[in-house]
Amino acid sequence: MNAIEVKNITRTLGDFTLDNVNLTLPQGVILGLVGENGAGKSTTINLIMNAITPDSGTITVMGVDNQSKEFTKLKEDIGVVLDEPYFPEQMTPSQAGKMMKLTYKNWDESTYQKYLEKFKLSKNKKFKEFSRGMRMKLSIAIALSHNAKLLILDEATSGLDPMARDELLDTFSEFTRDETHAILMSSHIISDLEKVCDYIAFMHHGKVEFFEEKDKLMDEYAVIRLSQTDFISLPETAIVRSRESKFGMEALVKKKEIASVFVTERTKLEDIIIFWAKGE
Amino acid sequence: MNIIISNAADRPIYEQLYTQFKNAIIVGTLNEGEQLPSIRGLAKDLKISVITTKRAYDDLERDGFIHSMAGKGSFVAKQNKELLREIYLGQMEDFMQRAWALAPVCGLNKKEVMDLFAMMEEEV
Repeated sequence: MNAIEVKNITRTLGDFTLDNVNLTLPQGVILGLVGENGAGKSTTINLIMNAITPDSGTITVMGVDNQSKEFTKLKEDIGVVLDEPYFPEQMTPSQAGKMMKLTYKNWDESTYQKYLEKFKLSKNKKFKEFSRGMRMKLSIAIALSHNAKLLILDEATSGLDPMARDELLDTFSEFTRDETHAILMSSHIISDLEKVCDYIAFMHHGKVEFFEEKDKLMDEYAVIRLSQTDFISLPETAIVRSRESKFGMEALVKKKEIASVFVTERTKLEDIIIFWAKGE
Repeated sequence: MNIIISNAADRPIYEQLYTQFKNAIIVGTLNEGEQLPSIRGLAKDLKISVITTKRAYDDLERDGFIHSMAGKGSFVAKQNKELLREIYLGQMEDFMQRAWALAPVCGLNKKEVMDLFAMMEEEV
């Protein structure tokens, strides 16, 4: 069973259109959603959580149609972290725990305490005194403490320092040690996604440009720099994107098709994606 | 056993994993019947993708180095000595071909190449 299946979803919001989006998140894996601001990542997440309804297409979450009544029940099994976590200003983590206990049937107080300790969040500090990183961590601690099987994280690591991000990424990776768990996470920080994701979906202007296994992307594509003359000699099918600079050419290529002529270096996921978005 | 994955190397991660397990089995670090780490556990411990790890295990199984039992895990398979010999022979031929291709570059004729081999035998 797939944790999330998004099929042919189209939705117009003002002058923005999410255009025929298809995504599949199998169980036991982490899917990273990348794309510039306004590419449609958050809209996609909102559609999955049924916060907005699509113009056409279907979404199933853990086998349940998200328009059906059962989906409300299923929300117990989903941990959501949005990029602006919000709690009442005067609330402390201890109080938040008590509130969550009333909200979630499967609330696990001891797990929650464990995460508060792990993330070094003091139990009696008020939310208004929390830094952005601490707010994020509190929100993630809650998402991880009601026995969720699916985590949906919207920019959960942005704005945090590298140490905190690494700690969270490890936590996410551990979460999917259980093969019935799955994570959908969006981020601007592609290197974070490169560290933990199994699949990468790249969104651009409301469309999914590609949806691919992460390692396959990095094994198959590379960015090379070469002279105009060499560029012309490349087989046309090998070139995905290219860019002219003052002193030569840059090209995103399929490694296999040029393997006999050019030696390529392993290219970072970030460079592949930026090139994909900006090149011609 | 040690498993070292390099992210900088321009070799697919599943291939790096495949080669290291294969070598460990051929050399005898991993013996017949020994259990391999679980796919998911290994992936998480090495901080690599589950899919990639699964692909390496699938390739190892396809090539007869391991066998998997549903729900139990993967185990080192009984090694076919004849098959291993074939693999080594193939590798030898490959190295010899490469050496042969370099001979004209170094200006060596057939006899000189043979002499070089003979000299190596004495040294070993």
